Amino acid sequence: MRYAARKIIMLVVTVLAISFVVFLAFSVIPGDPALTILGGQTDPARVEALREQMGLNAPLPVRYVRWLRSFLAGDFGMSYRYSVPVSRLLGEKIPITLILTLESFLFMLLISIPLGIYSARHAGGRADRALVILNQIIMAVPPFFSGILITFFFGMLLHWFVPGGYVSWRVSLSGCVGYLVFPAIAIALPKSAMVVSILRRSLLKEARLDYVRTAYSRGSRTNYVLYRHMLRNAMGPVVTFLGMAAADMVAGSIIIEQVFGIPGLGRALLTAIANRDYPVVEAIIVLISVLVVASGAAVDLICRRLDPRISLD
Amino acid sequence: MVIDMTGILNWKTESGKTNWYLVLGTGITGFVLSLIFIGLLHPPYDIEAMDTAHKFAGGSLRHLFGTDNFGRDVFSRVLAGGFTTMKIAAGTVAVGLLGGVLIGAVTGYFGGLTDELLMRINDTLFAFPSVLLALVIVSLFGSGTSHVIWALGIAFVPSFARMVRSEFLRYKNSDFIAGAKLQGAGALRIMTHHILPNAAPVLMSSVMIGFNNAVLAEAGLSYLGIGVQPPEPSLGSMLSEAQSYLVSAPLYAAGPGLMIIFMVLGFSLLAEGMSREQLSGAWF
Repeated sequence: MRYAARKIIMLVVTVLAISFVVFLAFSVIPGDPALTILGGQTDPARVEALREQMGLNAPLPVRYVRWLRSFLAGDFGMSYRYSVPVSRLLGEKIPITLILTLESFLFMLLISIPLGIYSARHAGGRADRALVILNQIIMAVPPFFSGILITFFFGMLLHWFVPGGYVSWRVSLSGCVGYLVFPAIAIALPKSAMVVSILRRSLLKEARLDYVRTAYSRGSRTNYVLYRHMLRNAMGPVVTFLGMAAADMVAGSIIIEQVFGIPGLGRALLTAIANRDYPVVEAIIVLISVLVVASGAAVDLICRRLDPRISLD
Repeated sequence: MVIDMTGILNWKTESGKTNWYLVLGTGITGFVLSLIFIGLLHPPYDIEAMDTAHKFAGGSLRHLFGTDNFGRDVFSRVLAGGFTTMKIAAGTVAVGLLGGVLIGAVTGYFGGLTDELLMRINDTLFAFPSVLLALVIVSLFGSGTSHVIWALGIAFVPSFARMVRSEFLRYKNSDFIAGAKLQGAGALRIMTHHILPNAAPVLMSSVMIGFNNAVLAEAGLSYLGIGVQPPEPSLGSMLSEAQSYLVSAPLYAAGPGLMIIFMVLGFSLLAEGMSREQLSGAWF
């Protein structure tokens, strides 16, 4: 429990640090937000009045604390571009990114853990050698290219899904999850290949240890030794990687959303960057950072719960 | 500083088997680099030459990967795009390596409060995906080649710093360092002449991983349209363009896609082939 508490404190500190850096970065960029909203040629007095009203004249730390307080309350400011609250723009999009990441993580586990065990169980065999080579190749295919390949083969040739036919989760949750299956696979593929090779390597390392020989000499069968003894011990490196992979997948969803035309946080971020809509950019980056850090920590904590001996410091 | 390359390129593992990872990695990377080099010296076609009469020509001996929506030769553009990507990857790794070696060497060798503080910041940044960090920097300062290099380079510093630090920690209390100290070598000399050369094999492996990640990240950013800007050819933006013409010209996407895959595959095999674990033949 102490471990969890420390982890959560670290998480809060990290998120605060990131939010401060992001806030700082977006306050020092050239350009006056008040001027942006009012447009180029306006009466300086009006600009000054708006600056005062927006609280832009207060010192930086004061502005940060104000910004943080309203951010925590769910008020992410107003979009320069659309003049609506940022929270209204993003509220719809957060679940999309969440579902996509969760789905990809699930696919990664479903694909990689059985394959990794199989590969190690039959190490040196024909299937294992083929898997090792296939793994190396899959790791080299970036998700956005496998996404394009999937769109071409499963979308355009086989018509298993309609490219660009995203269904909002508000309309139909199952339809949304269904459409996200292929994008999730595209994200999960390279990560699965990595997990397979990490698990395989870790299991083979474990196989050389004394306790395995002892177990065999007691007359235990291979499967028993593998599932009851080795697997637990071999999960360490895998778990470390899973935490990192979860964080990476949140960021990876930004690109995949573009490939499959999914209107999630990543899409919104790109539009906001193109429009120089800084409050929206700022809010999305902080939100994605929170997701990134939290998902990494969540994976660590869950795995720790499953196997208390794993220490992740 | 002299780095002994024989310590890095081991064509045989310790048990005498051929180090296939290194052999294949060298082969593929060499193939990709020579293609790019040929593209620089003698591109098959002018990369800007448009030929509207031959839009979306299929693959043929004249146009290996067909032509794009302006009738430009895709293969020539892939070679040029490969050069852009390689250039950015090299710049990114240089920035990341320089920053990483500086921070890693100082924190690893001296330790203390600076170490504690810098490593805390480092770990925070390390947890932050490089594409996201690059997005922040690009959204603040605008896109373009040099911004991408800085953005990705800074994002790569933490991983290099971590690795260099652990190497410095490994060697700093060893006997040969104590010997060098007895001979009156200063801290700077010990770091650059005694520890760094020993860290070189591990460093080289990380440099290859860095190239691998940089190629992927650059292609991703350009795919999103916030990396390299036209008219500079780039693999990522070609892919994003090709995606709109998947029905009429599926081969267009294959060109840049294969180039990225070969680049990444070559570097990842090299990294694997140079790593210590591979040499000890612990597996496979």
